[in-house]
Amino acid sequence: MSNAISTKELAKKIINHEDTLILDVRNTDEFDNWKIEGEKVEILNEPYFNLLDGIALVADKLQKEQEIIVVCAQGGSSEMIADFLEEAGFTNVYSLEGGMKAWSEHLEPVKIGDLSDGGSLYQFVRLGKGCLSYFIVSNGEAAIVDANRMIDIYEDFSKEQGVQIKHVIDTHLHADHISGGRKLAEKVGGEYYLPPKDATEVMFDYTPLEDGKDIIVGNTSVQVQPVYSPGHTNGSTSFIVDDTYLLTGDILFVKSIGRPDLAGLADDWVGDLRNTLYSRYKELSEDLIVLPAHYSFAEELGKGGKVSARLGDLYGRNSGLQVDNENEFRKMVTENLPPQPNAYEDIRKINMGKITPDIDKQKEMETGPNRCAVEG
Amino acid sequence: MEVNKVIDAKGLACPMPIVKTKKVMDELNSGDILEVHATDKGAKSDLSAWAKSGGHEILKNTEEGDVLKFWIKKA
Repeated sequence: MSNAISTKELAKKIINHEDTLILDVRNTDEFDNWKIEGEKVEILNEPYFNLLDGIALVADKLQKEQEIIVVCAQGGSSEMIADFLEEAGFTNVYSLEGGMKAWSEHLEPVKIGDLSDGGSLYQFVRLGKGCLSYFIVSNGEAAIVDANRMIDIYEDFSKEQGVQIKHVIDTHLHADHISGGRKLAEKVGGEYYLPPKDATEVMFDYTPLEDGKDIIVGNTSVQVQPVYSPGHTNGSTSFIVDDTYLLTGDILFVKSIGRPDLAGLADDWVGDLRNTLYSRYKELSEDLIVLPAHYSFAEELGKGGKVSARLGDLYGRNSGLQVDNENEFRKMVTENLPPQPNAYEDIRKINMGKITPDIDKQKEMETGPNRCAVEG
Repeated sequence: MEVNKVIDAKGLACPMPIVKTKKVMDELNSGDILEVHATDKGAKSDLSAWAKSGGHEILKNTEEGDVLKFWIKKA
């Protein structure tokens, strides 16, 4: 019997930038659509059904003592292929427990930094999808921004930290993943915030986010200041946390910028997106540390798994911020867009509370990369 | 359509539907038709990709409730 590796152990290898060899045995269409990525990840694809009569197709590409992590959709096929490899004399073979389905759900907490009065800010990195959420701790209280569907992870973390979750905030109505925000707020008795302009069709009560109306975490110490920054959606709101960090949602990423088309109104929102990126953010301090809601490229994952950058630096190197000509910008963000995220229209409906598919269906809808960015 | 063999792979998780299908397919003659029933959602894309790589032809596939059915002609 081959050994198993957990998503947690694999996540540690990736955020620590360790050399990792993966043999992905899903069919090639699925592999091409979505796979495990990391700066030091080397990945081979050979569907398991081509290896049933023997592993000849991959044996030459692998070394007997090398660590090999076999991955499939749910963990069954990878276990079988890992056994085949062991029988063939490979000695350091692991099968990823739960496969890509479990990988899609893993959240890795990474500490970004300390806040005033002893608070801290954590980034929860969803390596399988490139989603980033934030856990702000101060004086026994917590605020969570852009919570994912797997709300137990935030709840467990709050218990470990000994803090009470008071505020749960979504920067916008998400289209690539199912928000856990409302459920989490209900479960812990916290307040759930949404930008009103993204909430015109929602079926539940929420607290509207308003520009200038600060949210205080832990008595008086840490301020979360909403900054209206439309463009990805009509309501997209950014947050300045503790005068140090800028949570940009899906407006500005480290290497790219947000796409304006996922709610169906690209042409209408291009002007807003440009205004936010080329005027509104420029009025803010260049020293703010940008913390986005997504990353798309392995190289955006920095030291220890952090995804962040100084705002002023992004004005020098982010390709989406270098387009002086307005027409060129319009073209860039409305033409040749990448494919839309899997099931994005139904995901928006779930996030509005209009439909509630069963949990297996929800997991299936969330498979695949986030695809919320356009590259300049 | 004259079916030479039927495989019931309902309730089996990946990789078993394909492992079973392949085993039976190996014993059939060229041109024979195999009918496969499965409930694993991944079976659809995997069976198509597997059939393609072996040159087998999927003549038809249906979805009846949770049950996926395939008719595959051996190369």
